[in-house]
Amino acid sequence: MNRALVHVFLASLLRRRLATALSLIAIALGVALGLAVQLIHSAALDEFGRGMRLLNGEADLQVVGPRGGFDDAVYVMLAQRPEVAQASPVLELEARLPGREGSLRIFGIDLFRVAQVAPVLMPIAMGDGNRAERFAALQSDALFLSAAARSELGIDPGDLLSVQVGTREIPLTIAGAVPGAGLGQALAVMDIAAAQQVFDRIGRLSRVDIRLARGAERDVWQQRLRALLPAGVEILPPEAAESRAAGLSRAYRVNLTMLAAIALVTGGFLVFSTQLLSVVRRRQEFAFLRALGLDRASLMRGLLAEGGMLGLVGAAIGVALAYAITALAFRLIGGDLGAGFFRGVVPEIHFRPGFSAIYLTLGMLAGVAGAWLPAREAGRMLPARALRSGDESEVFSVQAHWPAAVTCLAGAAALCLLPPIAGVPLFGYIAVALILAGAVLLLPDAARMAMTLFRHARPVLLRLAHARLAFAPGQIVVAGAGVVASVALAVSMAIMVSSFRGSVDEWLSQVLPAGLYVRASSSAATGYLGPEEVARIASLPGIASVQAVRYDTLRLSERFPMTLIARPVRDGTPLPLVSGTAGNAAVTTGDMRPVWISEAMADLLRLGVGDVLSLPLAGQDHAFRVAGIWRDYARQHGAAVIELDDYRELTGDLLTNDLGVHLSPVTATEAVMNAIRETLGERTIEISLPGEIRAVSLAIFDRTFLVTYLMQAVAVLIGLFGISTTFAALATSRRKEFGVLQHLGLLRREIGRLLGAEAALTAAVGVCVGMAAGAAISVVLVEIVNRQSFHWSMDMSLPIGLLSIFGASLILLAALAARLSGRQAMRRSAVLAVREDW
Amino acid sequence: MLEIEGLSKGFSGTAAQALFSSLALTLAQGECVAIMGESGVGKSTLLNCIAGLEPIDGGRMVLDGTDLAALDEDAWALLRRRKLGFVFQAFHVLPHLTLLQNVALPMWLLDVAGDEAETRAHEMLRRVGLGARAGDWPKHLSGGEMQRVAIARALVHCPSLVLCDEPTGNLDPERAREVLDLLLERIREAGAMGILVTHSVAAAARTDRVLRLSRDGLVEERDRA
Repeated sequence: MNRALVHVFLASLLRRRLATALSLIAIALGVALGLAVQLIHSAALDEFGRGMRLLNGEADLQVVGPRGGFDDAVYVMLAQRPEVAQASPVLELEARLPGREGSLRIFGIDLFRVAQVAPVLMPIAMGDGNRAERFAALQSDALFLSAAARSELGIDPGDLLSVQVGTREIPLTIAGAVPGAGLGQALAVMDIAAAQQVFDRIGRLSRVDIRLARGAERDVWQQRLRALLPAGVEILPPEAAESRAAGLSRAYRVNLTMLAAIALVTGGFLVFSTQLLSVVRRRQEFAFLRALGLDRASLMRGLLAEGGMLGLVGAAIGVALAYAITALAFRLIGGDLGAGFFRGVVPEIHFRPGFSAIYLTLGMLAGVAGAWLPAREAGRMLPARALRSGDESEVFSVQAHWPAAVTCLAGAAALCLLPPIAGVPLFGYIAVALILAGAVLLLPDAARMAMTLFRHARPVLLRLAHARLAFAPGQIVVAGAGVVASVALAVSMAIMVSSFRGSVDEWLSQVLPAGLYVRASSSAATGYLGPEEVARIASLPGIASVQAVRYDTLRLSERFPMTLIARPVRDGTPLPLVSGTAGNAAVTTGDMRPVWISEAMADLLRLGVGDVLSLPLAGQDHAFRVAGIWRDYARQHGAAVIELDDYRELTGDLLTNDLGVHLSPVTATEAVMNAIRETLGERTIEISLPGEIRAVSLAIFDRTFLVTYLMQAVAVLIGLFGISTTFAALATSRRKEFGVLQHLGLLRREIGRLLGAEAALTAAVGVCVGMAAGAAISVVLVEIVNRQSFHWSMDMSLPIGLLSIFGASLILLAALAARLSGRQAMRRSAVLAVREDW
Repeated sequence: MLEIEGLSKGFSGTAAQALFSSLALTLAQGECVAIMGESGVGKSTLLNCIAGLEPIDGGRMVLDGTDLAALDEDAWALLRRRKLGFVFQAFHVLPHLTLLQNVALPMWLLDVAGDEAETRAHEMLRRVGLGARAGDWPKHLSGGEMQRVAIARALVHCPSLVLCDEPTGNLDPERAREVLDLLLERIREAGAMGILVTHSVAAAARTDRVLRLSRDGLVEERDRA
């Protein structure tokens, strides 16, 4: 492009500053949000992986089992294998710390083995190095803290730290440090035998880290050693935990990325609007250039360069903004975007050239794509006709696209029938894009239909607005496309979140039937209630009955550990079933023990009611028949409920994690809570009311969707930018019309109202089409995307009041934005306006 | 009746550089005058001042007993709505309204009931020879036809005063004669006053009086002759 044409095309961006600025902001926000999601997530994943790799040391393979651990005979067997060069047993525990928030991760290690496999876990005693201190690590009460743990707990060597075992407090002495633990790794190390003894895990291990003999192929030996392991014990490469974290968080990350992509698409629509209006205004200029010899291709290239420049500059701003957002997010919330996958991970920001380049390119492509149709329109223009004034209205007389729209919508419906790819609902997202495309294609027809409703309007401004929009429905398409996209996004998310929240609320009331809940710690930590303690609680006055729940994790495949929940079911305790039965399970399961699996488990293992499921309990496989499938919003990787009696019979484990306490009628809850505290001690138990658990759960839910609310707001803002820039440009290009109307006696403020009425009608059409599209997309999000990503079903719920307020506000804001944008054009003298050629 | 006394207007509102000053003009009901003059002398500006679209620097204007100098912007707009009609050189027919809607527009602004507005607009279109094309879009019209629509729009609401700025300037001589005949005939038929700004001697000769605007003021041509 020569210098003269650079002045014609690119300099035009500088002349229309408002439209250019808003387009840049729209592209920048879309790019910034998308890139920030990637930066935050990848940094969190890197930090998580770095920590995992550090702790795993030089292990080639890891033998892992259920949370309750496995028999240490497995270690003895493995250590004797010739292909195993080194085997290091580990007992990993989340120790509850009485009287303190949170827990401490303790690794029980074999001091003579760990140096060969994971030397970073080697403890060092503090002191003057005498013989007693050299062997301090072997003492049964010696605990070694990493620097991060020491800092978090605020204790020094020589101090005592109480850990909780069941409901007992055991004091341990801080004997030294773990200098190899990385920054931010809050952990503790103690001798494995001492840990087994202190935590009542005699003969149990959580993990065995293995280094293979030189030359042994890892994959081959993984398979061979797996065959030697008892049921429920798995052998995995150390990086499996990292990829598991990536897999678990992937669906959430993809969801956020798609939201950001829609914001970017809305930005592309804004470029489309501003470029098309610019082409309309510059038709005579282009016709003149064509008459002077500018060829069609050069004209199109020039206009595409304008779009590309908008996209590139906007994307560059967006990339810078993304790094700023990421830095801010790390400072304020760490590496977790709200779903809790990386809570507590404190990553560092790094420049990512790959991601940055991808988003820079995407931003530029959005700009070029937005400029494509206007450039084509300019290319098709006949110079002789365009030189005549008044020809521009043809640009807005769009053709009906309903066959293409119907094709898009039918395609979307067909794609919803396809399964996910690698756990990602790719076809669901394509269906969402097709619904959006179909909605935008339907806009001209919707505009025509809407205009027939106002055919008999009496007020003059409404008549004029109707006449203008009916004559040029393309104006609605140009201004409303961004509104459709952003409203569809916002409405679909609102319906999805409302459905989800309503379902979670209902689910919580089903899974929390008791009057209050008692536990010694979270199920992952070292607190538990023994049979005597449960009996003592049950015998307290005012308590009608208690219901014990025991949790464990099971490894049914290489994918994820699934949660086992042992609790009474057949006694009528509610289970949020979506299929199958609970009370009369024996009828459906015959002579097999019943199991009720979560929807995630049903999806992941492709199981249905009546199928047989083998569960590894106490080192042996036991067959269960699926009696029902239930909703579980707490665990994305799957959970199974079995009868507590069955669990106890098969494992001999009589411990309890959670105790549901049903109160007698007319019992003061506070009195019962005090009695329980007096019985078991205040420091070692947690008592919660169902209302508190519900409130905390819903707060976590809302936090999870905080980022999505932010993205919706951005998309809606960009949609409003579209209305604003479109009407600003239209007001400028229509100043002659407004001049004539002023000659005929229309007041200046009435012209403002006319613009407002047109914008309101445009926004109303956009909002209606967007809401219809949003409702359709919400069905895809609920039934396909959520189901395939997180395996959660939910009951659809339409927040009609909220959507009505949202739609009405948007229409009002659009009218206001148009009036403000048109103010500049209305300032112009009516005399000057009509003097210009029509 | 329109009475103008001592009307002054400067460039860009500066009286020091007067475009015209101390103009006087009186128009009787039903009278139609032409204003001629060199380009840039202020003919169109005078029309705009009379229509309240440009502020004046001094003088007095009274239309049908209303002192125009006392009007604010809104009152001027309402006065234009009720009492003035405009015919422009470039027609300025709104492209997104049908011919009928274009003509009915001044009555919509006056809140005339829908049916009555359309009936009168239709009748007006019939009188300018476009009754059969009431539902057409302006883009299908020739220049002459477009100006007929503009004439119908200027007169449909029975204004007191019709201001015409070079109404035949964009038309060939034959069409110009036809349009001018129609315009004057309809103004007289309506009993309105008309001011026609034109460069065409032939067009001016068809009016009741011809005035020439110059630095010296507004002078009646026939008196000079």
